[in-house]
Amino acid sequence: MTKTAACPVSPRPGLLRRKRREIAKNWDAYLFTAPFYLIFFVFTVLPVLISIVLSFTYYNILQPPTFIGLQNYFNLFLNDETFLIAFKNTMLIALITGPIGYLASFLFAWFINELNPKLRAVMVVVFYAPSISGNVYMVWSILFSGDAYGYINAFLMNFGIIHQPVQWLTDPQTMLPVVILVMLWMSLGSGFLAFVAGLQTVDRSMYEAGYVEGIRNRWQELWYITLPSMKPQLLFGAVMSITSSFSAGDVTTALCGFPSTDYAAHTMLNHLNDYGNIRFEMGYACAIATLLFIMMVGCNQIIQRLLRKVGT
Amino acid sequence: MAAKAVSLKSRLKRRPYGRSRVGNLLNFLVLAGVGVVMALPMVYAVSSAFKPLDELFLFPPRFLVRQPTWDNFSDLFRLMSFSWVPFTRYMFNTLLLAVLATAGNVVVCSMAAYMLEKRKFPGSGLMYHSVVLALMFSGAVTAIPNYLIMAEIGWIDTYFALIVPAFATPIGLFLMKQFMGVVHDSLIESAKLDGANEWQIFWRIVMPIVRPAWQTLIIFSFQSTWNMTGGTFIFSEELKTLPSALNQVLQGGIARTGVSCAVALLIMIIPIAVFIASESQVLETMGSSGIKE
Repeated sequence: MTKTAACPVSPRPGLLRRKRREIAKNWDAYLFTAPFYLIFFVFTVLPVLISIVLSFTYYNILQPPTFIGLQNYFNLFLNDETFLIAFKNTMLIALITGPIGYLASFLFAWFINELNPKLRAVMVVVFYAPSISGNVYMVWSILFSGDAYGYINAFLMNFGIIHQPVQWLTDPQTMLPVVILVMLWMSLGSGFLAFVAGLQTVDRSMYEAGYVEGIRNRWQELWYITLPSMKPQLLFGAVMSITSSFSAGDVTTALCGFPSTDYAAHTMLNHLNDYGNIRFEMGYACAIATLLFIMMVGCNQIIQRLLRKVGT
Repeated sequence: MAAKAVSLKSRLKRRPYGRSRVGNLLNFLVLAGVGVVMALPMVYAVSSAFKPLDELFLFPPRFLVRQPTWDNFSDLFRLMSFSWVPFTRYMFNTLLLAVLATAGNVVVCSMAAYMLEKRKFPGSGLMYHSVVLALMFSGAVTAIPNYLIMAEIGWIDTYFALIVPAFATPIGLFLMKQFMGVVHDSLIESAKLDGANEWQIFWRIVMPIVRPAWQTLIIFSFQSTWNMTGGTFIFSEELKTLPSALNQVLQGGIARTGVSCAVALLIMIIPIAVFIASESQVLETMGSSGIKE
């Protein structure tokens, strides 16, 4: 800034020249980052841009896209009842599995951190395994099987809680709760790992100082010392859990089939795949993708703002 | 490490301040209870894979296996040896993909991460923020335009479509960049004074220091390539991967119940085994994974 102030006649050319010189000086930095950003641009940034552009068109792959303005968005919200169900389900799943999964990730990471190191290592595997075990969640469809010998039914009937078997995966009333339960079971993912690791990097001397200052139990220790010093991990965990809770879709298809009874477990991702892979209405599918994209990023921004207030 | 071990030992002997015995017991009971629920489906999957046919179709079903047998696994191998494309080909495909994608992912992400962490240059802020933004949405959202781009480049039904996008993952760059914060700038400066160029500094000095980070990235990368089915990009049978072959077995219906239990176990066990083998490194890296403001 001092340099531009020194030549008040034409600050802009000076700024430009300085920028150009800076770029030329850092040519090797651009060389190092080029492979990543070239691929990142073509396969991540460009698809998002294309998706946004195509969402304003009618496009069926065979004919060139025609511009139809906001028609796709109007249709989604005004003419497509299935989409409204999918929208409601996605919001419901995200609003329940997102925060609960996030809190559970942190709480269990914290509980596990109180154990001795050997037991801790075992428990981390037990809690983390469901999220990396491929499609083992299929097992839940056996546990929730609809006849009297399905494990959950048999268990509940034994204790007299229910008197006849519940059709867990085909009854519109119970499908969504079961899906949410299974997603919660899988929700201790990379955010959970970040928490477990972050808890171990908190500076020990902070705790000692805290006890001198009058902190009495582990709850106070958590709120006044641990949480504020783990803000970066908390942010990372939030991003991970929001992203996965909004992209629910595989689990619903695996458990309740596609389409599910009365679309009761239909999510936006299911709807997107329906129009993208089956009906080939790409413009419409891209409008759904754009909405999902906006929801994920928007929700992340809100959470980031909220998390800045932790411990202050 | 030694100091850490000593402090842990002394912590074990003497109850830390602010920890009541009742609280510790309660903590353990809660963890044990929830842990059992978490592990139950896993236990069921393992137990089913070893069930003989009569136990699989037993009615009412039994949760645990009584007479374990390897029959399901030998059936799987027999079935696979009759398949049109030999089983070993699927295995080779998955290994090839995993090795190439993982190696590329580590090198490409580390190179970019090194410059973003250690140097400020025009555009570096934008580069970092775009990656953090990309962390926020899943790849499922961009599947359609991705297919259109692949078709345009002509990579449909080639491995490029699976490998090249896997090189530049937002989470890879993010993890490497956060962990490279531990490398002291003075180390890099002194290497520069000794006449090392950027590539030598990156490859000979920085990469060995951040070893836990790229070992973690190898594991994450492996986990995603292990589950890679080829999706909409690959349609030639001889190019398909192990998971997609195994998924075909799963669709074999009621007659293949036993075999599909064995398949489910195989798909599940490998990522978990890899994680167990590398747990301490992964935790070390994830400790520095936070998003700084």
